[in-house]
Formats: sequence, C-alpha cells, structure tokens
Amino acid sequence: MHAMGWVQLAVFTIVLLAITKPLGLYLVRVLDPRGRTYLEPVLKPVENLVYKLIGAERTGEQDWKGYAASALVLSVIGALFTYAVLRLQQFLPLNPQHFGPLSPDLSFNTAASFTTNTNWQSYGGETTMSYLSQMVALTSHNFFSAAMGISVATALVRGIARQKTKLLGNFWVDFTRVCLYLLLPISLVLAVFLVSQGVIQNFSHYRTAHVVDPYTVQVAKKSAAGLDVKDAAGKTVMVNKKIDTQSIAMGPVASQEAIKELGTNGGGFMNANSAHPYENPTPLSNFIEMLSIFAIGSGLTYYLGRMVGNQKHGWSIWTAMFLLFLVGTTICWWSESHGNPRLTSVGVSSLEGNTEGKEARFGVFDSALFATITTDTSCGAVNSMHDSFLPLGGLVPLFNMHMGCVVFGGVGAGLYGILIFVVLAIFLAGLMIGRTPEYLGKKLEAYDVMTAVLAILIPSAVLLGFTAIAAVTSWGLAGRGNLGPHGLSEILYAFTSSVNNNGSAFAGLSGNSVPYNTALALAMLAGRYFVIVPILALAGNLASKKAVPVSSGSMPVSGGTFVLLVIGTVVIIGALTFFPVVSLGPIVEHFLMVNSTKLF
Amino acid sequence: MSMKSLLLEIRASVAVIFVLGLVLCGAYPLIVWSIGQVAFQNRANGSLVERNGQVVGSSLIAQNFTGNRYFHPRPSDAGDFGYDGANSNASNLGPLSEKLYDQVKERVAAYRSDNNLPAWVQVPADAVTASASGLDPDISVGNAQLQAARVAKARKIPKSEVEKFVSRFTAGRQLGFLGEPRVNVFKLNLALDQRNSR
Repeated sequence: MHAMGWVQLAVFTIVLLAITKPLGLYLVRVLDPRGRTYLEPVLKPVENLVYKLIGAERTGEQDWKGYAASALVLSVIGALFTYAVLRLQQFLPLNPQHFGPLSPDLSFNTAASFTTNTNWQSYGGETTMSYLSQMVALTSHNFFSAAMGISVATALVRGIARQKTKLLGNFWVDFTRVCLYLLLPISLVLAVFLVSQGVIQNFSHYRTAHVVDPYTVQVAKKSAAGLDVKDAAGKTVMVNKKIDTQSIAMGPVASQEAIKELGTNGGGFMNANSAHPYENPTPLSNFIEMLSIFAIGSGLTYYLGRMVGNQKHGWSIWTAMFLLFLVGTTICWWSESHGNPRLTSVGVSSLEGNTEGKEARFGVFDSALFATITTDTSCGAVNSMHDSFLPLGGLVPLFNMHMGCVVFGGVGAGLYGILIFVVLAIFLAGLMIGRTPEYLGKKLEAYDVMTAVLAILIPSAVLLGFTAIAAVTSWGLAGRGNLGPHGLSEILYAFTSSVNNNGSAFAGLSGNSVPYNTALALAMLAGRYFVIVPILALAGNLASKKAVPVSSGSMPVSGGTFVLLVIGTVVIIGALTFFPVVSLGPIVEHFLMVNSTKLF
Repeated sequence: MSMKSLLLEIRASVAVIFVLGLVLCGAYPLIVWSIGQVAFQNRANGSLVERNGQVVGSSLIAQNFTGNRYFHPRPSDAGDFGYDGANSNASNLGPLSEKLYDQVKERVAAYRSDNNLPAWVQVPADAVTASASGLDPDISVGNAQLQAARVAKARKIPKSEVEKFVSRFTAGRQLGFLGEPRVNVFKLNLALDQRNSR
C-alpha cells in the first residue's frame, strides 16, 4: 500500500467533492421542466420535437401510477427494439466483420441487461456485436436506462419535498431533459477526452498487423470434417502453426465508453471492458472514468439537499456513502497488495501484489479502487478481473453489491436505493426511542415502511433463490470456471450482480447458456422493476402527506448520529442478509488460502 | 390503464426512442468520430505503427515476442493462442486454482531459464501472471531490467545500452501520481530493431 495510492485517493476525493455542488445545482435546472441551461439554443428544438410527437397533452404532471406506467411501457418497447436489432444484425449495416445474429436466449438476456442498466454481458463484444448493435441497440439503453433511473429518483425527491398532492412530475419530460441536457453534453466532452488518451473511435474493419517477431504455436490437427485427429494411443495429434499476423479489433468505442461510465451502465465495447487498452489506455483515462462513474450519484445527493431545503441532509447522505466507499477501497487495496501465497511459494515476487487479471499500467491500487467504485455504484465496468482477486479482495465488490449498490450508486438508482435505507433507519430509530418516525416533517406510516421493505425484500429473495437453485442444478454447476468455494462465489456473484443491476462478473462463469441467460435476465428485471414500482408508490404516498414544521422534537436527518444510523442500516439490513452464503464462498476460501495448501 | 391510454404510451415510447435515438446513437457518435479523426487521427484509429509502409502492430496492444533479441510481454489469455487483438480475455482463474498454480510454476521456470537467472531470484509477478485484457502492452520496470542482459547478449550490444533503452521507454506515474511506472514492450522492441539496422 504505497504512498502514491494514498495521494491518488486524496486527489480523487477532493475532485469528487469539488464537482458535487456544481453538478447538483445543474441537476436542479435540468430536472425543473422550466429550468434554463446554456445548451438550449442547440437542444431546445429537439426537446420540443419530442414533446410534439408525444402529444402536448401527455407532458402534464402525472401521479405515481402514471409515472410508473410510462417508465414501464418505454422499457418494454426499448427492450423489444434491442432484441430485434440483435436478432437481425446480419441484415443491418455497419457490420464489417459479418457477425451473425445472436441466439434468442442471448438476445433476451442482453436486451434485459441493457434495459435495466445492468449491462451484464454473456457475450464478448468484439467477437459478437456489429458496430450498429453496439451504437444503437446497446448505447441507446446506456442513455435511456440512466435517464430513467434519474427520473425515478427525481420523482421520489419530489414526493418527499411536496405535500398534499398526488403529482410527481412528468416522466417523459424528466427523461428527455436528462438525456439531452445532462448525459449528452457531458458524454461528448468525456468521449473526446478519451480519444485524446488513445480510446479508438472509427468504423474501420478489424485491422491486420504483420507481427514483428513471428512465432509458432501448437494446434490440434483437424480432419476434413473439422474434428480433432487422434493418434493410436487416443491422444490428439498436434501440428505447428505459424503466427505472423495479429488481428486488431476496431470500432466506435469512445462514444460508448463515455456514457458507459457516466450512466453507470458498465457494458464494455470489448470483452475485457475497461481493462482493454482501447477502452482505458492510460492512468489518466482511468482516473476520469472512475470519476465519471461517481459524478452524477454524488451530484444527486446535493440535488436532494437543495430540493428538500436541507443541504445538511444531502451532505450527511454524501458522508455516509463516502465512508462506506473509503472502507471498501482500503480493504480491497490491502488485500490485493499481498502476493498470492500459492504463487509466492513457487518463486513469484510478492512486491507487486496479486497481479493475475490486472493491467500493469493500473497496478494493484487503481484496480482495487476501480473495483470498489464500480460495485459501490451499479456500474459494473471493470479494469481488472474480480474473479482473480484474493478472497477478501473479491469479497469487497460482492459486499458492495449486497448493500444494494447504494454508495453513490447507479445514477438515480443509488439515490432512491439509499433513501429506502434512510426510511428504514428512521423507522428503526423511531422504534428504539418510542416515537413516531418522521422524515423531513412527514410521518412514516405502515404503507411507507411496507413499500420500503418490499423494495429490499423482493430483490434479496430473488438473489438468494436463484443462487440456491443454480448451486444444486447441473446447468448451474456446469457454468463454473473455478471449483471449490470459488465456484460458489462465481454463482453468487452472477446473481448478486444481476439483481443489483451491476453487471460486473466473476467472469470465469460461463453464463451463455439457455438456463443461465434466462435466469439472469429474470433476476435483472426483478431487481429493477420490483424496486422502481415500490419506490414510485412510496413517492406518491409521501407527496400526498401534509408536512408538519420541523421542531426540536423532530428526528434529526443530519449529523453524526444520522450518518451512523444510515451506515448501520445499510450494512445490517442490506449486506448481512447474505452473510451465511458469503461465509461459504470468499470467507472460507480466505481461511483455506491462509491455513492450508489446498488447490482446486 | 385503458387500452387507448396504453396505445398513447406506446406511441410516446416509439417517438422518444426515434428522436432521441437519432441524436444519441447517430449524431453523438458521429460528432465524436469527426473530432477524433481531425484532432487525434492516429489515436482514434488505434495508435497503429507502420514500418516500411506496413502496419506491424499497435503501441497500445500487446504483441507476442518470443525471440531472445526481444523483450517479452506478459502472458496472455486473449484468443486461442494469446495476444489475439480481436478477442480480449483473461484467465479468470481464482487464487486457489490448481490450473493457475501449474501455469505459473511452469512460467517461473521458463522465465528463469530464458533469462539465465539463479533459482533464488524471485520472478516479478507481472512476468508470470496473465493480464486482464490479455493485451496489456506494458511490463513492470523490474521485469524489463531482468530481461535486459538476455536481449543485450542476443543483439551483441552492451547491456548498459539496452538499459538506456529501457529507461527511455519507461513511463513514470502520469502527472506524477497516477498509475504505475511501466515499460511499453512493443515500442521498446521496435526502437531496438531500429538501432540495430542503423
């Protein structure tokens, strides 16, 4: 754990703090239908065109059911659109590598994955997707799912801030404004910056390089029918193959990379995601990518404070999130700084830490920081392979997701996720001191707590249920890339990532089979919509209440006690639900690593 | 929700996807493409390197070098034979994987014998572990230094000169504090070739 890591962590924190208020204030303007921005001369005509096509009568304020209905219908139509493009990509333009259609289950999985902001990838980008599929079928959802998350969070904030009304704003207006005034301009700046660092942006066919130092490899000899030829002893016959060229994947990567981080989507253009030098070529591009993953989630806490007229509340939530982030980063970094004892025992230096599945330009610190950030949020982009982390290092991403990806969180999803925990924290505190719980002047009643509990209980049940099924069925076990406790961790990680709409993986798991694709897609859908609908119901109910003025008898929603209460609720209710299964995965693996010489 | 209302919601969805789709999936990537092709042409097209009018690789993408005259990159799991620039991949082997243990043990032995190192020398971890992308263009400085003697001998030039090349192609932490110091194998090897042909 070298000093430069601490310096980088400090700089990261300072920059994050510095952008939080300006972004929060900008969000206030974007999320106000009459708010003005400097981009209006260019984008107002587009915004107005959208409203014209939707019909002016549909841009008025909606109650929670109307808001939810619009969000759900758009999701369904968007998913069908993506499914269709993936099934038909062989007939569509911008497919220089002539990739064929995706199978029905893979298309369903991918459509569900991108619609829900998960970006779980059962496919390898550069070996499967045409440029059109990447740009249109997938990137559209990078914008749309992010905008939907922010819209739902806004509706919840309005529900908290308003009183005696049923109305939460208009989904179409919020959604369109977020896409045009927030996500588009920041993505554009980010993408151009990324190109300046070496991220590619072109429409060329894959390039062929004539390698400098040709070499030979051994390959299985194939018969005319394409089968491996065996010798008399039944062993595969090997022949030499000369490698004198290298094929290099191309594509419009930068534009997708920018929104992938900013919108906490995480689906890589390339299979190796942000570890690929064409997606994340320099330590500086890495720094900016990490920052953009946290940016909007951080700005939304300021937006919350501003909208409910209690800026300290916003900063207290920011602080709770930041502390959870800091602890996670430190543990992950500490774990990965150690050499893998199995490898040091055969003569590998422990100086560089655990380098399997990590890139040399990032090293251990940048890999641990990225892994923490990408799972604190529901991003899921990776710049190192979590599957090859040491057991406790791999536990951190898992734990972060078990908390619900609420540490700055998915754009919008992080804010409404943490507010669910705030509601529960206040309810529990109310029980402890025997007083009616109230949040910002509003009494929390049975209906509110019920919706909050539903938003936590349903995803947890889906996560554990699917993991349990996969852990005892042949299709579930067949997918494992590693055996022993690590195999269980792979299965658990997959469903944790899906339900929490994260999308990162212990990627040794082969999830591209009909049962896995289907189960994971259902988990993603449940984790998204069985949360959004209760959240909007809660928003609608809160909006209809009358606020009582805050007095000395009100429960404080800022300060140290409140921060600790929120952290405690997130850790105990969120993460400890999963402690039993985690103890059978990473924790037992850690003790086996330290106390035995066992291999699997 | 009534049927009519549902149809209107569907119409709204299609309109939104169409108009915003044109802007976000059409205009936006094209604007980035235009700026990239004008301002950062080589980078936007993959940082490809040409020698004698022929593309020989990319300075960002690892290429395999096996000869003694060259510095060797990190092990790769990209594609069937490693270093496949059109199929990035990692091993995804867990810390207690027997396969990983066997692989690394074999690589340690090969690294020591290639570079004529005694058994007590600990091998730099990046030299015997696969990267995340399988296309990691860099190696650690310690790894490069251990390979310098072999390269110098094969090229029949003084070791000190090879070491000068290594330090010339060592990138420090970006802005002084970001990332790790590292050596770009592809650029280093090309520069050594250029020196020899001089």
